Amino acid sequence: MPKTQPVSNALSQPFFEGCRAGELRVQRCDSCAQLQFYPRIACTACDARTLRWVATSGTGTVASFTVVERAISSAYEAPYVVALIDLDEGPRLMSQLIDFEPDQIRVGAVVQVTFRAWSDDVQMPVFQPSDQGDTL
Amino acid sequence: MSTLRGKVAIVGAADTQVGIVPDRSAADLCADAVLLALDDAGISKQQVDGLITCNAMSQPMLYHAEAMAEYLQIFPRYCMAVGAGGGTTFTAIHQAASAIQSGMAETVVIAMADCLRSGLTRDQAMLVQSATGHPQFEQPYGPTVPAYYALIAQAHMAQFGTLPDHFAAVAVACRAHAALNPAAQKRELISIADVLESRMIATPLHLLDCSLVSDGGAAIVMTSSERVADFAQPPVYLLGAGEGHGHEHISQARSLTTSAAVESGQRAYAMAGLGPQDMDFAQLYDCFTPTVLVELEDLGFCAKGEGGPFLDSEGIGPGSKLPVNTHGGLLSHCHPGNPGSMFALTESVWQLRHTAGDRQVANAQCGLLHAQGGIMSSHSTLILGREVN
Repeated sequence: MPKTQPVSNALSQPFFEGCRAGELRVQRCDSCAQLQFYPRIACTACDARTLRWVATSGTGTVASFTVVERAISSAYEAPYVVALIDLDEGPRLMSQLIDFEPDQIRVGAVVQVTFRAWSDDVQMPVFQPSDQGDTL
Repeated sequence: MSTLRGKVAIVGAADTQVGIVPDRSAADLCADAVLLALDDAGISKQQVDGLITCNAMSQPMLYHAEAMAEYLQIFPRYCMAVGAGGGTTFTAIHQAASAIQSGMAETVVIAMADCLRSGLTRDQAMLVQSATGHPQFEQPYGPTVPAYYALIAQAHMAQFGTLPDHFAAVAVACRAHAALNPAAQKRELISIADVLESRMIATPLHLLDCSLVSDGGAAIVMTSSERVADFAQPPVYLLGAGEGHGHEHISQARSLTTSAAVESGQRAYAMAGLGPQDMDFAQLYDCFTPTVLVELEDLGFCAKGEGGPFLDSEGIGPGSKLPVNTHGGLLSHCHPGNPGSMFALTESVWQLRHTAGDRQVANAQCGLLHAQGGIMSSHSTLILGREVN
């Protein structure tokens, strides 16, 4: 059984192209400079439709997390860590944490994006402890 | 703007058998609930001119309310299936009240049922579950429904020092209420240690922090307050109703620890002209234990961040100042999915009729009911009372 695959569309395609290029991208509003994620047709702050994809630093902090002990399907091997990450640039996204000892994960931990294959042509952003992390 | 306060009343209420009910489809249970509620109200189906239902995961239909009207051979002039996850129930009540007030219908039946226990295989149930979450940016990470709520729990623990014991106290209290309710699916008393020693599902949530998986249905009959004398039962009046809608996906929530229950509650209190101190009981949506703790805070029963200490000092079990989930809640009475809060509604009707048996809250005059759907996304609050004034 394969992992759940994201089905990209015209709007989100640049995000997944970024993942394949090792870059975590979010939308930036040309009009008011807000950054947003997930992608939309308009800026949620000012409704302008002039949005561009920009690369983020890929660093952030853990806003919350849970160690899933009962997997959603046989494609996922428990335990695995689902987390919400606040990027340094602002937007929040869901992801997984990897390379952590489960009892070392903390809200506020500093993390860095990396990418993992979800299928032959899909890379998903996941996060690992940051080299600069001092909260672990 | 005219207010709904006191303008409509619940004049009939019934539950089907709940728990494990094999050999009945969701539509069968929904029809059963309607007929039982009409019996309770002392009216015939010909008097029903409005019908509201919600869809069933075990038996999805494109036109659910219409199909149920057809099943029962009733021909309403107001007919609608509502979908707001766990918030569906009270959103439907809010809609029905407005429909009666505006003259769209006179006598509305709200009926909901599902068979999550007997009508779905485990694989089907997991498939339904995996459809929660953003398909591109959440689902690929494999979050389970408990995991979404665990994200809220962990954030609350980190921000306010809340402990797993506090969440467990909610499960223990709901079970103590259920022990007094002969209809409840789980009635054996449990301790905080039992909860903490049960299997870990998604940290910090243990198996006993999670609600049941059940079959069951319930229905109520609602009409205008001017017509209550035409029905067999003493009326229970709608004094306040409010909704708040904050997000759909948890990664987009404005806050992980404060929900749109704040707005929903404030709107209901304002309509009722009452506050949390006036409530004799509360029925708070308890799909997972942390939701009750957050709702106690957001609905003003204690200060933000004080949910844990409130559970320690005041408690919400039988005999406490604010008994919560007097039927046992989704944690111990039953949880057939979107219809879940219907049972909090019928229970509240019985509490306010003073017919709730061993679990009757002494001299209950009014109570607050809160439901939420999605992942603390859609919120609806009702305030019900024995009297209009």
